[in-house]
Amino acid sequence: MINMRDIMETITMIQDEHLDIRTITMGISLLDCADSDIDKSCEKVYNKIYSHAKNLVATGEEIEKKYGIPIVNKRVSVTPISMLVAVSGGDPVKYAKTLDRVAKDIGVNFIGGFSALVQKGFSAGDRELIDAIPRALAETDLVCSSVNVGSTKAGINMDAVKLMGEKVKEAAELTKDNQCMGPAKLVVFCNAPEDNPFMAGAFHGVGEPDCVLNVGVSGPGVVRAALAKLPKDAPLNEVADLIKKTAFKITRMGQLVGAEASAKLGVPFGIIDLSLAPTPAVGDSVAYILEEIGLEQCGTHGTTAALAMLNDAVKKGGVMASSTVGGLSGAFIPVSEDAGMINAAVDGTLTLEKLEAMTAVCSVGLDMIVLPGDTPATTISAIIADEAAIGMVNSKTTAVRVIPAIGYEEGEMLDFGGLLGQGPIMKVNEKSSDVIINRGGRIPAPMQSLKN
Amino acid sequence: MRAVVTVVGKDTVGILANVSTACAEMNVSVDEVTQSILNEYFCLIMLVSSDADDFAIEDLKNHISGKVPEMQVHVMHEDIFNSMHRI
Repeated sequence: MINMRDIMETITMIQDEHLDIRTITMGISLLDCADSDIDKSCEKVYNKIYSHAKNLVATGEEIEKKYGIPIVNKRVSVTPISMLVAVSGGDPVKYAKTLDRVAKDIGVNFIGGFSALVQKGFSAGDRELIDAIPRALAETDLVCSSVNVGSTKAGINMDAVKLMGEKVKEAAELTKDNQCMGPAKLVVFCNAPEDNPFMAGAFHGVGEPDCVLNVGVSGPGVVRAALAKLPKDAPLNEVADLIKKTAFKITRMGQLVGAEASAKLGVPFGIIDLSLAPTPAVGDSVAYILEEIGLEQCGTHGTTAALAMLNDAVKKGGVMASSTVGGLSGAFIPVSEDAGMINAAVDGTLTLEKLEAMTAVCSVGLDMIVLPGDTPATTISAIIADEAAIGMVNSKTTAVRVIPAIGYEEGEMLDFGGLLGQGPIMKVNEKSSDVIINRGGRIPAPMQSLKN
Repeated sequence: MRAVVTVVGKDTVGILANVSTACAEMNVSVDEVTQSILNEYFCLIMLVSSDADDFAIEDLKNHISGKVPEMQVHVMHEDIFNSMHRI
């Protein structure tokens, strides 16, 4: 029989420490839905998504019951819609509304892929799609959008960076009566992964199979609880080892659920994304893990080192537990979704500059950060450019999801509700970045790209 | 299909009897039992199995909880423990 202590450990993890499967995300290719008539194209999109994903939610719930593990989100990601716009022309918002409708009909809680990949330049459909993003986000509830503006191989498309600063601002303005929800569903990437199951940045890459199931596992609470039992004078290599072992256990559960779900749905199993993704629930915080490692508060000196170790240890544990780890895999640091980050930002310990440094070693980037409503679009573009540069040079994924809180000022709180949480409006450097952003053009790919 | 039942709570007379009865009533066979008392807390772990394919873990849990309402009851599929603790 299985060891009694192991059994109690697993039960405590699920019951008290918020261990869950964060998401099962079905990736669906829409390339065969392209039609020169936009209405026909939308109809094909609806039918393909509906026929593939209609059982996704029911299957997820069945597995939850069978194993007693919560599967928090069931989602769908699709081929970047800009490719369909390239063929059909017309108003891209029609696609967004189609995605929203089918997402509601099949019962998933988000659908990602209102996206464009423009790291080296714009092709047909890309500009139209980007222009339509603010309206698409304002006129739908469940559609998530992302744009890849840079990569290590291609450099950074600064025209796209400029455009995205404006679109983030516009998206906030169009949703100012709804907690500026628009930009909370919009991610600007550098080195975007094609198999990421986490929203808002999920899309189904063109190199992916027709339909695939990706699983995102989480469990910051479990890691924190494990670390809490370690003596305060334990050396950091022991801390890293414990995180690794815990990450291993969490990922094994994701592997079990993913394999089961893919078999039940008859869809190939893609990857496990093992990311410590916090939620606003008490105890489900990445900041608290960092504090458990030995910081008085997240954001103080030493935070970047602690996060680098955490991120690396999580990957090492996960890689051993599953043969197909992918996506973002690491630690997320979304401010508004993490109780510890919110506290640290309110106290002024965690600043935008520190967060930027942390993104050089975490799994993604500046995430769910609320900015003053009067932040200029060029400043937002400059934040995106900084972040993309970190990603480009370090060959890692970076992203920006910032929310200009229209009508709010520094120090106030913006409350999104639900999993998106609430965030204090953070201080932004007020000196202008107009000239560099208005130059446009491209930042050439760095030496790191010349590996062949 | 095999599942692990755990029952934790204040020790009283007849817990094992009540839990086993609940299993029998659900047509579930008890394969292994370990139990211990730490301080005054009673901790029971039971490995149970059922031949039925459509066996609902949730139903078994509710049924056992009904018999020992003051105890914390968990029922989980054996695969979870195997995948998490065995390589």
